[in-house]
Formats: sequence, structure tokens, C-alpha cells
Amino acid sequence: MTRLTARFLALPILLVCAAAPRAAAQDTTHAIDQGGVRVGIGYQPGVRPGLVVLPTAGVDSARAMVHRDLDFSDRFEMVPLPASPPGSQGGSDAVNYGLYKTMQAEFGVELTPATGGVTVRLHDISAGRVRNQQTFALPAPTDPSYRLEVHRISDEVARWATGTMGVAATRILFVSNGRIYMMDSDGEAITPLTAAGQTSLSPTWSPDGQRFAFTLLVGGRGGIWVQPLAGGSPTQVTGTNTGLNITPAFSPDGRLLAYAHSDESGTDVYVANVADRCCAQRLTVGRYADNLSPTFSPDGRRIAFVSTRAGPPQIYAMAADGTDQELLAPFDYGATGASNGPEWSPDGANVVFHREVDRSPQLFLVDVAGRRVRQLTSSGRNEDPTWAPDGRHILFISDRSGLRQLWVIDVETGRVRQLRTPGAARLPAWSRRLGRTAVAP
Amino acid sequence: MRATPTLLVLALAGLAAACGGKPKPEQPAPEPTPAATPAPAAAPDADSIARAREDSIRAAQAAGAERINAVKADLAAMINFDYDQAVIRQADQATLDRKAAILAANPNVKVQISGHADERGSDEYNLALGNRRAGAAKRYLENKGIDASRMDVVSYGEERPLNTGHDEAAYAQNRRDEFQVTAGGDSLVAPQ
Repeated sequence: MTRLTARFLALPILLVCAAAPRAAAQDTTHAIDQGGVRVGIGYQPGVRPGLVVLPTAGVDSARAMVHRDLDFSDRFEMVPLPASPPGSQGGSDAVNYGLYKTMQAEFGVELTPATGGVTVRLHDISAGRVRNQQTFALPAPTDPSYRLEVHRISDEVARWATGTMGVAATRILFVSNGRIYMMDSDGEAITPLTAAGQTSLSPTWSPDGQRFAFTLLVGGRGGIWVQPLAGGSPTQVTGTNTGLNITPAFSPDGRLLAYAHSDESGTDVYVANVADRCCAQRLTVGRYADNLSPTFSPDGRRIAFVSTRAGPPQIYAMAADGTDQELLAPFDYGATGASNGPEWSPDGANVVFHREVDRSPQLFLVDVAGRRVRQLTSSGRNEDPTWAPDGRHILFISDRSGLRQLWVIDVETGRVRQLRTPGAARLPAWSRRLGRTAVAP
Repeated sequence: MRATPTLLVLALAGLAAACGGKPKPEQPAPEPTPAATPAPAAAPDADSIARAREDSIRAAQAAGAERINAVKADLAAMINFDYDQAVIRQADQATLDRKAAILAANPNVKVQISGHADERGSDEYNLALGNRRAGAAKRYLENKGIDASRMDVVSYGEERPLNTGHDEAAYAQNRRDEFQVTAGGDSLVAPQ
């Protein structure tokens, strides 16, 4: 923790404009190499409240998970416990507020066993009192729904302290060796969802978290399939049984599925009505050009996508019915590298994508209102970004450690951390906050 | 290719010579000179005639097989692309022209053209790029008079690298179109 804190203090504040990509890359490289971290938004160290997870007995696994979730939320300065922690049991009366106050902790989180679950208290350290308290039902740690329930506790504690719900109770889909896996937001509980020995690509969540869509590549052709997470066989999306169909994306209401269909005349964006299983409609007409990777705005009115209409692939947007097509992320013709993998942010304000800088992909944001482009990474190859539902964390693939692995950047603090994954991971998709009906892995 | 007809002629000549066990009336009777009468030694026995015949048939078959193999190799020859490009390179036009001639001479032959990309660039975009590369070869052959229905286009993106290295030499090999005969490959003839 102290190491991380020191890195935050050393973080420079960087703003990169699309107008001068080369100069920008040079300006930022030095800063990146120092800490391996990029910031696009001004962050002032010390603004985050200090939080200590109090030492209590009896709920070790839940306590460890909550500690990590709150750390990963990037909303707190996690205060490490002293070497010989005070009173490891007892009620809130026993909390040594004075000690934690000297350690700069503003909040103390206490978990104690309760019948059929755990009682959680959020202590206001400076006021010396319990600010929130609730008993949560928890299944046994061996129960498949246990981890998600603990993650929900973490998200609720974050809401008590900051007013904003955390994103621990989410899951991530990704591809490794042609197989689609699901895991918890903390990188644990990795579960395969598709068969081994196939080439499954581009998993994407349905908004309700109950299904996912993906491309199954067979013999150089591919259909788009929707698979329920509760089990049962996948069904092929109507209209995707010929040619190559790639890059699926659900509309926010889950009724439509946009995707790209390739045939010998090029690649175009289509939208199918998966609710009624009918009516694939073509949205782009790019004769011999490629239009792919659609992503809906959160209000469902617009679709950002990749197009090669002007040469190298760049990021465009259109109305959800295919009209009003326009360039979204400005670029310098002949100078700016290929741009791909767009995903619209949950608040609708930004689209994240990757763009090649010196033939190495880097994460960029374009703000939809002002059309300003901002570079987020420059250490190694960084690609295939996907938003957390809080709109501040972005999961992406990076080879900065030598292997293609999953990493998370918090665009507000600039903190970058790795998620443990087996093999070469790629094409990740971060779910929305999962409801109680979410399927256990 | 160009050497093949010569080989064939030689083989046929050999075949004719081996079968030449008949009298040669145009030849004058040998002079009664002892030194010039090698007739008994030169006269081939039945075994060697048969052996020579088999040898020459084999040679003719080998020449034919070699010619067909050359046709197959021309049909299967890959073409390569520049980074993030789907334009047929000047150097590959001759390769495609040979394919066009073979396809014209073999109207029952159908091919599948698969486009591939190197591992750089976006995984998903590379599927579209591979599709565009395969489509570019198909259009080139169409413009040379080959019916579109005889050519099928697929894309593997970066999913099937030919060379699993991570350098420019490997990437250059992996940016390619492959051509696979899917029908009519058993009775190929060489183009005129």
C-alpha cells in the first residue's frame, strides 16, 4: 500500500490533445516510464479519505475480499494496520478511534460474524461513532453465490462512505486460446463458458447480465451466438448464418444486437432484433470499406463504430437507425494511427478506444460533446478497453509485463493494476452491476 | 513450366525408340566388313526392350505428374500484403495471372480464398482486413474473366499465423491470401 501511495504522489498530470499526436507521445513517454501510469484528469493526492479495515475474527475470507474490493475501488487511501493491531474482537466500543485517527484514517470498516451472515459497521473515526451498520445474509463460503454477495457488501460500504456504489459485484468475460471465460471483478473464480478447441471471440454482455453474445469462428466464417449464463445451449442470431459475423453489442434495453457482417463486398454494421428473433437491418453501406465494432450510447440513440471509409480504421458515430453518420474521434490523415475497439462509457460522456502510436496500440478517450481526444496509456501495447459500470475504471489488455494480460486503469487517479489471468487473455468485456438473479459461475 | 514440353518430347522419343523392334527397310544392308558388323551385340533382347518401354512410360508419367504438380503449386501459391493493406502488390499480379489461366483452362475447378493478417492491429479488425484481402484477390481474378461463383471468400484474421514469430519477417509471411481447391482438383490440365 505504501508503495502505491508513493506512486500516486509522484504522478504527473497530463493532458494530451489529438491535434499533435507525435509531440504528445514524446511528451508523455518520459512520465510513463517513471511510474508506468498515465493520468488524463487532474488528481490531487490526499483528497481520498483514508480507510482502515479493522482487525476482527471469524470472517477472515469476507474481510479479505472486502479489503481488496475497497482498495480496487480507488476511492480510498487504504490505511495498513499497525504491526501489533489493537483489540481484535469486541463491539464498536472497543475500537481505538484515537489510534486510527493518528494513522490518517477517516473511516473504519468492521465485519463481525452474525447469525446466517455478517454485521458490517462503518465507523466515522474523527467523530468516534458508528456511521452505518447493517447485517447482511451470507451463504457458506463454499456456496457459488458467496463471492458475489460479499462483493455486494463492498459496494454498499463504498456507497455509505462516498455516496457512490462500488463495482465489485460485477464480472468479466474474456477470451484465452479461443475459449471464453468468466471471472469475478477481482480476477478470482475463473470459469470457462465455451468449449475448448474452438475459436470463440468477442464476448459481450446482455445488459441484464443473464446472457452473453459472441462470435464462433468456423472455417473462416462465423456466426453470432447468444448463450444463457444459467446453462443451456447457445442460439444463433438470425441472419448470421452466412459469411463472417463479428463484434456483437447489445442495445441498452437488450432488445437489439448490433454486429458487423463481412462478405466479399466488405464489412458493414447490421442490427438484429434479438427480442423478436427477426429482422436484421443494415446500417452502413461501405462498398469495399469496413464498418465494424458497434457500441451503443447508454441512451440507445447512437452507435459508435470503426470505419475504414477514409483509409485506416477510425472511430465514427451514427444514429441507431444508421442515419447521421459522422466522424467521432478526430485524426490527422496520414499521421494518426489506426483506431479500433470503441466502447461507449456508461455515463455517455466518453468513448474509449485504442489507437496505434508508433505501431503500438494505446488507450484513448474522446469526449462526445467536445470531440477532444486524450491518451491514457503509453507503456507497452494497450488495447481492447472495456468500461466498468462506474465509468471511471477501464479494463484492457496490456503486454507491459511481457505477456498479454488484463489490467485496470482508474482514469480519475491514474492507478494501474493487473488482474491475474491464465494464458494470453484478450477481448475482455466488463458487466454492469449484477443483480440478485445473476447466475453463479 | 517452360521445360515441360521439352521433357515430354524427349520422353515420347524414348518411347518410340524403345518400341522400334521392327525392320528398318530404308537402311542399306551392312557392308561385309567384319569391323562394321556389330549386329548380334546391338540387337536388344526382349527383356531390355520391355525394360526400356517401362522406363519411358514412367518418364512420361513423371513428366505429366510434374506438370500437374506445377499447376497445383501455381494454384496454391500465396500472395502477401503490406501492413494494414488489402491492395494486390505488383509482384503478386503474375501469381494471380497464372491462377487465372489455370482456372480458365479448368472450368470445373473451384477455389476458396482465405485472407489472413499479422498479429499486430486489432484482433477484430484483422478479421475484416483478412476478408478484404481475400475479396481483393477474388475481384482481381474476376476481372481476368473467372466467374465469381467459382471463388469463395473467407477470413481467419490473425487466428492462423503461418509463422508464429514476432518479428517483421514473420509478420510479412502472415499477411497473406491462401488458395485452396475445393472442387475439380482431380483432373487438372495445364493452361495452353
